[in-house]
Order: sequence, then structure tokens, then C-alpha cells
Amino acid sequence: MAHASSYQPTSSFGQWLDARLPVGRVMHDQFMTFPTPRNLNYWWTFGGILTFMLAVQIATGVVLAMHYVPTPEGAFDSVETIMRDVNWGWLLRYSHAVGGSMFFLAAYIHTFRGLYYGSYKAPREVLWILGVLILLLMIATAFMGYSLVWGQMSFWAVTVITNLFSSLDAVIPGLGTKLVQWIWGGFAVGAPTLNRLFSLHYLFPFLIAGVVVLHIWALHVPGNNNPTGIDVKGPRDTVPFHPYYTIKDGFALLMFVLLFAVLLFYAPNLLGHSDNYIPANPLQTPPHIVPEWYFLPFYAVLRAIPNKLMGVIALISSIAILFFVPWLDTSKVRSTRYRPIYKWFFWVFVVTAIVLGYLGSQPPEGWYLIFGRIFTAYYFLFFLVVMPVVGLLEKPAKLPGSITESVLGPDEPLPLSVPKARQREQVL
Amino acid sequence: MADTDHSPAQSPLLAEDEPTRRDVILVAAAGFAAVGAAAALWPLLDQMNPDQSALSVATTELDLADVDPGQAITVMWRGKPIFVRHRTDEEIAAAKAVPVDDLPDALARNANLPDDAPATDENRTTKGHEGFLIMIGICTHLGCIPKGQAPGDNKGDYDGWFCPCHGSQYDTAGRIRKGPAPQNLAIPPYAYTSDTKVKIG
Amino acid sequence: MTLRRSALAGLAIAALLVAIGATATLHAADEAPATPPAHNHDEPVIESQSWSFNGPFGTFDRAQLQRGYRVYHDVCSTCHSMRLLSYRNLGETGGPEFPKDAVEALAAQAEMTDGPNDKGEMFKRPGRPSDRFRQPFPNPETARVANNGALPPDLSVMAKAREGGPDYIHALLTGYRDPPAGFKPAPGMHYNKAFPGHQIAMPPLLSDGVVTYTDGTKPTVDNYARDVAAYLMWTAEPKLEERHKLGLRVMVFLIAFAVIMYLAKRAVWARMHGHAAPTA
Repeated sequence: MAHASSYQPTSSFGQWLDARLPVGRVMHDQFMTFPTPRNLNYWWTFGGILTFMLAVQIATGVVLAMHYVPTPEGAFDSVETIMRDVNWGWLLRYSHAVGGSMFFLAAYIHTFRGLYYGSYKAPREVLWILGVLILLLMIATAFMGYSLVWGQMSFWAVTVITNLFSSLDAVIPGLGTKLVQWIWGGFAVGAPTLNRLFSLHYLFPFLIAGVVVLHIWALHVPGNNNPTGIDVKGPRDTVPFHPYYTIKDGFALLMFVLLFAVLLFYAPNLLGHSDNYIPANPLQTPPHIVPEWYFLPFYAVLRAIPNKLMGVIALISSIAILFFVPWLDTSKVRSTRYRPIYKWFFWVFVVTAIVLGYLGSQPPEGWYLIFGRIFTAYYFLFFLVVMPVVGLLEKPAKLPGSITESVLGPDEPLPLSVPKARQREQVL
Repeated sequence: MADTDHSPAQSPLLAEDEPTRRDVILVAAAGFAAVGAAAALWPLLDQMNPDQSALSVATTELDLADVDPGQAITVMWRGKPIFVRHRTDEEIAAAKAVPVDDLPDALARNANLPDDAPATDENRTTKGHEGFLIMIGICTHLGCIPKGQAPGDNKGDYDGWFCPCHGSQYDTAGRIRKGPAPQNLAIPPYAYTSDTKVKIG
Repeated sequence: MTLRRSALAGLAIAALLVAIGATATLHAADEAPATPPAHNHDEPVIESQSWSFNGPFGTFDRAQLQRGYRVYHDVCSTCHSMRLLSYRNLGETGGPEFPKDAVEALAAQAEMTDGPNDKGEMFKRPGRPSDRFRQPFPNPETARVANNGALPPDLSVMAKAREGGPDYIHALLTGYRDPPAGFKPAPGMHYNKAFPGHQIAMPPLLSDGVVTYTDGTKPTVDNYARDVAAYLMWTAEPKLEERHKLGLRVMVFLIAFAVIMYLAKRAVWARMHGHAAPTA
């Protein structure tokens, strides 16, 4: 959001630098005085939490790489050496493993918040698309990172997921096989595969960091959306980012870190799979292959489709469809708060995502498969039918006149009516 | 930020003289840049393909003399498990009894035969050695290793092999019969070097 | 309390309750993956045992780990390797904590192959604390030949590599029974009610009295199974005590920090109460 810069460096060095590389001015304008809607609720704190988690993953990842050995013979044992002999190794490794789960938890909450409040609608389409791109990069990074342990689940996840590309043989015979061998660097998952997964797993977080910079840039052009979804109409509607949101984000971050710490110190393997403590064996497939929890909904979509190629297409579409959300939603208002009909479809969609996650962890047989198909159908119908059609048919509820009015109530220019003012902080 | 005037300066050096010739040179320069970039990119991508050492370790030899009817062994070739089963007469008869038209995949998938050979039991083995079925033990669905080699394994409804990942079932000739796998288990290139010795690859 | 304050306080309390509640409820699922619920009558039922290392304050029972090592050494180690462990680990904090001379004596019992020496020959010598545990077989092929084709798995991280963890190991070691009517294990296989599929290649080697206990603990199969399961939990998760100890400090720090942060947040936002937005 363009606003006049109030940055005035006091020191002579500050003035000297400001004339040459105005980093101080950018930080001051974008993170100190940046005008932020005054009514953001706690669902808006996950952007800061995600930035923190990216930093945690990069920091722990870089130091873990100092001890990790990316070979089929050495990988599993080097992870165990980290757990046993490296100073603080167990803490670093469990932080990185549990941190991956926490990162995805925050990313999914952040995504659903954007969906609920219409944060993807004009003029924030590019902001949303960059967010989906970050999610895709996160999925690739997490998949490659999980493979590095080189346990049974790591190895067979790599085998099964890379083999998905062989479905292209159904389009052009030989293309899929060629592509899979290119990914493997051999005729089966092996030493070259592990080494390149490690190389790319190290690279991708920095790509994510780059896109995060663009994401924040794209946020700071139109400014934050807010729970009412209506535009900022004047200075009364905003507060400076610091100290109001630095302190609020900080408090929320602590609550999140508290949950992280509970899992890290008291149940570090709760979200993992016991089979990944068995070293990889290329001659024996585990009886049930399941991905990490954050991939389960997509895995359920893959398995709901009986045809190999169509299953892969559905899997990719289930994520790629998010790119088109800004144009699929035809509603005139942003926030679901003022959409009495869409609201129901939205919450059914949330339930669908959770149920698909459960179904992804179960064997694809009998009722599990039937429900998998029903919920997969709703997943796509939500985007392709509900979003465009409900947006056109629905009559939105009356919007407040301004953000300030939504907080302080109408017609109270300088209100002293405290109880109403205090409604501001209600979550959702 | 103050508005900047982005309109091109009217410099005599940029005047539109001889447009045709200059355009050709500019297009040629852009073309060279594109070709150079593409050529430089190729080694960066091609390095990921299987390297010379992976291509060279291509043969495995095995001796079938000790494998009795009803027994199965697994050997490695190019990092892949090779299933060898000495089939019993009943197993061969069961495989021969299935009409090729009833199979989900009607092709033999035998590297020693033409690509369009039908999936008859004869085409899945070698003439004179019909007892021995030699296949790559990797499910054609998503690359898992099917069960059926060890004595206590679940061999599926067709007494062949059963893939634990997504439930594909193969018959006693290694042909897909049920489940999501699209193809019969592949037969690697191999040849009998003597009556009981086989060279794979 | 006003609506706003109670909403915020509610959030803070809820987060704390989540943290505490999660700690309390997860403790059974603590280190190892949770004991799975039985899905159908075919699948073995694994009973949860009470372990000293469960819960957020759990620690290992030193005497139990020392007995467990004894069971491993006398029985399991004839077939099962433990390649991630060294003899020095037996004396480290948070484990069985054998005294230094005991660790040296335990290591010296094992005959290790070392070399080559300056004549280019391999030679035998007594083990040292820095050595990895002696392996029963030089390679997996020898292990298979000696065990009727079955490969005894390495036990280093076994307690984390099976659903149910130490509960499963205890159930397995105490799960040998005569097969029920109509169930015929394959040749060389043994019926075990805790093993998936109920046929296991490992014979029942534990019986009352096979391992001598010197601390007065009853030498029963149930105690052997319990002690060796606890020992395997330690070998799989040797930093468990350190983790619990650091976890407590971190939780105390974070909760105090969170309270202060909540008060700070309230103080900052109090400037806004009843006022229009300040002009930044």
C-alpha cells in the first residue's frame, strides 16, 4: 500500500547509506509504519509464523547437511549418528522432522484463511498465485527431504511417486520410461537418485525464500485484505504494523511454538511412520505405503481414480486448480462472512479436505474407495461449480460501511462506547 | 517514487535508418543467444541420465540346475530383482488354458520377441525351457515388488504374484489379471548359454 | 470481563490447555509410534504396558536396562546384530550407566577382528569400549544360511521400527503359544499370537531361568521380555532422558514468555481502546 515515507535517518552513516542503498527506508516503510487494517484477527498471524518456520527449516537443514551422507550405504546410518553422537544432533534432527509438519500445518491454515476471506480476489490475484507456487515448492521440498532418511518408507515413496511419471507412456510410448530413468539416473531408484534428491532438497528452500520475498512484495502493493473484505478507505481504518501487529504476531507465534515444542520434546515420532526406521530394502515393499500426513488428501485423490494416467492428472489438478481460484470465484464480495450460502459449501469443503486426509491413510478398498471417490468429486465440484455458480446466484449480506465501522459500530465518529469497541478482537 | 519519463530519447544514433538490415542483425544476435543458451543447458540436463557405469553393468549369469519345480529364486540385474520360477506342470497348464483375448494386456512384453507378440504362455518363456519363467520382478503399476517368490507368500487369486501396494494380481505366466497394473510383468533380454545356464542382459 | 478480553484470555488458556492436554494424552504414544488399535479379529492385539520412560517426565530404570542388556547379550545377540551401538554407550548418561570398569569388562568379553597389521594380516583381539557391538554374522548371507533362510533383523532401532514399540516387543516375546486347531505353521515356522500373520521364523528362546539375574528380580519370561524391551527402547532412543529434561525447561520458558507476550500485546493494543486509529 503506497504511503508517504516517514523515514528520517538520524545518524550521519544512516543518511549516507540511505542515499546509496535505502534498505533502512524500505524496512521502516514496509515493516514499521506500514498501514495495516486495524481489524485483522488471529487467522492473519500465520504469515509471520510461516516465515519463522522457513527460517527454522533452513537453519536446522544447513547444519544437518554438515553431518548427513547422501549415499544408500551411508544415509540411514548418518541420520542415526546425528541422533546418537552429534552434539545436539537429536534436537536438530527432530526439529527439522517435526518442523516440516508444523510448516505444512501453518501453510494449510494460511491457505484456508485466504480462501475464507477471499484474499485471492482482485487486486490480490498475483499474491495468491505466488502463494500457491510456494505451496508447490514446499511439497516438492518435503517429498525430497523425507526420502533422504533412506528408510523403507522413504525408498518406496520415491519409487512409487517417481513411477507416476511413467504414466506418460500412455500418451507417447517410451516417454514416461525415459523420463523416469532421467529422474533416477539409472534403471532403478539408487545411489544417483539419492544424491540428486539431496542436492535439490538443499536448493529448493532458497527458491521458496525467493518466492516469499515476491509474495510479501505482492502483498505490500495492495496492502492486507481483512476479515470484512472491504477496502481500506482512509487512515482511520489502519494502524502501523509496528508495534500493533509485530506484538500480536509475536504472541501467536509463541502459541504455535508451544505446540511445536510439545511434539518435538514429547512425541517426536508421532507423525512419522515406524517403517522409516527400517533401512531401505529394494527387494521388499512394505505392506502399506502411506505418505506423510500432509500429503494424504492428495494421495486419496490419486487413488480414487482407477486409471493410472487419469489418477496422476487428478493429483496434479487438485493442486493446480488453486491457481485459477481468483477467476473461478464470481462473487462480488470477498469475505465469506457476508456470503450466507457459500459459507456452507466452504465448511463442507474444509471437512472434505480432512476426510480425504483420513481416507488417504486407509487401504483403497471397499467403502474407503467409494467415499474417496465421493469426496474427490466434491473437492473438484467446489472449485469448478460451487465457486462460479454460487457467486452469481447468492445475495450477499449487508456489508459494513467501513473497516472502522465494522469495529466501532456505525455513526460513531469518536466513540466512547467501549463494549462495542471490544468486539473488535473476536476471532472470526 | 517520482514519475520517470520512459519515452525513447531522440538520439541520432537510434534513428530508424536502414531498418531492414539492422533488424536482421538483431534477430540474428537474439538467435545466436538462444542457440547458445540451449546448447549450454543440454549438458546440465543430460548429466542426469543413466551414466556410463550404469549402462555397462548390464549382464547377470545364473545357473538353474538347482531350482526344482515349484521353487523360485530372485537375482539382481541392473539393480532390479529378476524373478525366476520353475513352474510345475499344473501351473503351465493353468497359464496355457487362458485365451489371450481375455487378458487385460494381450502383448507378451518379452524383450526377446517382437513388440507385437501376443501374450501366449509360449511367448512368455523360451522354447524348450517352458518350465522356467524369467521376469523383472517389478509391478508395472508403480514399481513395487510383488509377493509370490517365498513359500509362505500371498500369491493372489491366480497363484502367480500379488502386489501389496495396490493389489495387482499376476498369473502363473506373470500376466496381469486383476488390479491397476497396466502391463504384464516385463521379460528381460536373456539367452540360454547351456542347458541350465542363463545370461540376462 | 469484557467480550474482547475473555475471547483473548480464552484463546491463551485454550492454547495452554492444548499444550498440556497434548502432553498428557500423548505420553502413551510418547517415543514410539502409538500402539495400533486392532482393525479386525485377524490382527494381533498388543497390550499397553506401563514403562518408566513414558510420560513427559519419564526416565529409564537403570537396573532394568542393565538386566535388559544381559538378556540381549546372553540370548538375542547370538543371532541379532546391533550395529549402531558401541560398548561405550553402555556407560553413557541416560542409559544403563554401567560403571567404567564394567563397560571395559563387557567390551573385552567380545572377540573382535581387527587389522590388517603390518604383515598385512587380520588378527583377533579383545573388544574395547570404542568398538561397535560384535556382530553374530559377517554378512546377511551367512545369517540366512544359519537361520533356515530367515534374516534376523538388526535390533538397534527396533523399538521405533515396529508399531507399538516396546509394547510390541514385550507382546512378541511372550506371545508364543501352541497353534490353535486348524492352524498349521509352515515348516520351520512358529506360532506367535502377537506377530502379524502369526507365523514367525524366530523360535521361542526365552524360558524361565535361562538368564541369571543378580539383583533379585524374578527370572521369568515376562520379566526378561519387559527388561529387554526397555533396553531396546533405550538403544533406539538413547537421548530420551536428555530430551525430556530439556523439554521441561523449554516448556517453562515458553509458557512464561507467552504470558509476558500476552500482557505486552494487551498493553500495546490498549492504546487503541475506544479511539480511532492513531495516525502513524
